[in-house]
Amino acid sequence: MKDIDYAAPKTLAEAVALLDGKGDRARVLAGGTDLIVQVREGRRDIDVMVDVKRIPDLTRLTVDANGLRIGAATPCCDIYEHPEVKKSYPGLVDAAFLIGGIQIQSRASLGGNLCNSSPAGDAIPALIALGAVCVIAGPKGERELPVESFCVSPGRNALARGELLAAIKISAPRTGSGAAYLRFIPRNEMDIAVVGVGVSVVLDAAKSKVVAARIGLGAVAPTPLLVKDAADALVGTTADDAAVENAASLAQAAAKPISDMRGDADYRKHLVAVLVKRTLAIALERARKS
Amino acid sequence: MSSSKDSPKSGLSRRDFLRAGGAAATSVTGLAGATLETQAQPGQPPASHIPVLGPGPAKISLNVNGREMSTAVEPRVTLLDALRNYLDVTGCKRVCDRGTCGACTVMLEGKPVYSCSMLAVEAQGKAIRTAESLVDGGKLDPVPEKFVQFDAQQCGFCTPGFVVAMRAVLDRNPKATPEDVEQGLQGNICRCGTYEQMRDAIYSLCNRPRRS
Ligand SMILES: Cc1cc2nc3c(=O)[nH]c(=O)nc-3n(C[C@H](O)[C@H](O)[C@H](O)COP(=O)(O)OP(=O)(O)OC[C@H]3O[C@@H](n4cnc5c(N)ncnc54)[C@H](O)[C@@H]3O)c2cc1C
Ligand code: FES
Ligand code: FES
Repeated sequence: MKDIDYAAPKTLAEAVALLDGKGDRARVLAGGTDLIVQVREGRRDIDVMVDVKRIPDLTRLTVDANGLRIGAATPCCDIYEHPEVKKSYPGLVDAAFLIGGIQIQSRASLGGNLCNSSPAGDAIPALIALGAVCVIAGPKGERELPVESFCVSPGRNALARGELLAAIKISAPRTGSGAAYLRFIPRNEMDIAVVGVGVSVVLDAAKSKVVAARIGLGAVAPTPLLVKDAADALVGTTADDAAVENAASLAQAAAKPISDMRGDADYRKHLVAVLVKRTLAIALERARKS
Repeated sequence: MSSSKDSPKSGLSRRDFLRAGGAAATSVTGLAGATLETQAQPGQPPASHIPVLGPGPAKISLNVNGREMSTAVEPRVTLLDALRNYLDVTGCKRVCDRGTCGACTVMLEGKPVYSCSMLAVEAQGKAIRTAESLVDGGKLDPVPEKFVQFDAQQCGFCTPGFVVAMRAVLDRNPKATPEDVEQGLQGNICRCGTYEQMRDAIYSLCNRPRRS
């Protein structure tokens, strides 16, 4: 690996000052499961790694009546093993549980998944479906941004000089809601999504009609997508076969995939419809049982 | 990672040589050592007060299998290379060196991690456990013991990673089912393909009969 400097600030302000001073010669180090491999392979040229795991807030997970706040560097295993998160945020647990194997999950964070900004990052469509918000800290203070606006192109995101992702916030699920995330990979595990789909739905008091829905797609465009019209098409329906077909084909229409070694564009389009239906079925079942 | 300073035995690097005019060639930067020269932002602490290690060697202390061990490594040195090349703890193996095979698996505070995919400096203050901890005065831990009994290795290069990953699952959940144990092995690969024998070992560890 090329020479690097290493700093482990203990406060957000220190981290921001370091990042601001070094600009794009510095990179935040969270779990390092992307960054260390990239630097070692010479795919990313930096001078300083700013380890944010010694900042208490960055690895803190809090759940209360308002919702969930996950420090950006919290490892996936701390998320899916948290009893409250398991119970109330199964759509997020789905994604955290399938990122890598256990060794990766002991380190990999949602913040790293978002900031690596891969179109195929598994956490991103799941977070989009849940309506998650990024809490960004920077030289000018804190700002918030919906997850669907965070990634701007493959490997690039909305963070400006000196900024870092501090936390991810998700509102407490409304009664009658359910969410799920599924991806398609050609193996059983340890692969990059060919397509990933996150869905959340809210059912009315009778648990019959959909009152709100969100669908996030991964690996089918330069950034993970929120497909609003596909989700909106479910609202007011009982998610009967016709409504589900309609939502699936609207999602398919919004997908603009490329062809690569993992699958060609037509195949990915086909998968979008299949996965939207499957993911929606799980989300609906969870909503009915909630 | 093929650069010379991955190992302390490789002598002076070109970089050290170029720097030898300065004091940096062999000096060790402690925690309170060099700092970045950055502009302080209004309302923020000056960045120059934040300790920065590197790029030269920094003194570190690692807790390995219950023992405090000290050495000096450059920040870019991975935990795997620090253990193997600086501390002579060679149970963890370097195979892919990029977080995909599991041969380098160690426990960090009880959690299995790829030691090739983290920096040694990051591991300070954390309890590190390697395959060496799975033998106590000649008595094998049940996990490697079952490996022996069921002949669950061929070349054995993947074995230290597998046994540490399995021990981690069983420590977290002593009642783990064979499926739970296998779930915890998704991140380990055996090139020799001794999976069937490993399955026998796993079923036996979980006290379950294995249907054939
Ligand atoms: C074997 C293996 C399997 C994998 N499997 C999957 C998988 O199934 N699904 C998947 O989506 N990914 C997978 N990955 C990729 C990776 O593990 C994930 O993207 C992970 O979430 C990255 O998190 P991290 O904490 O390790 O990030 P790091 O590597 O620490 O950081 C990633 C990038 O984000 C930046 N960054 C991190 N945190 C912040 C922050 N708080 N603020 C600003 N910038 C930040 C870093 O500077 C870096 O550029 C896999 C990787 C490996 C090696
Ligand atoms: S050597 Fe670390 S995972 Fe292969
Ligand atoms: S026994 Fe040879 S790699 Fe597993």
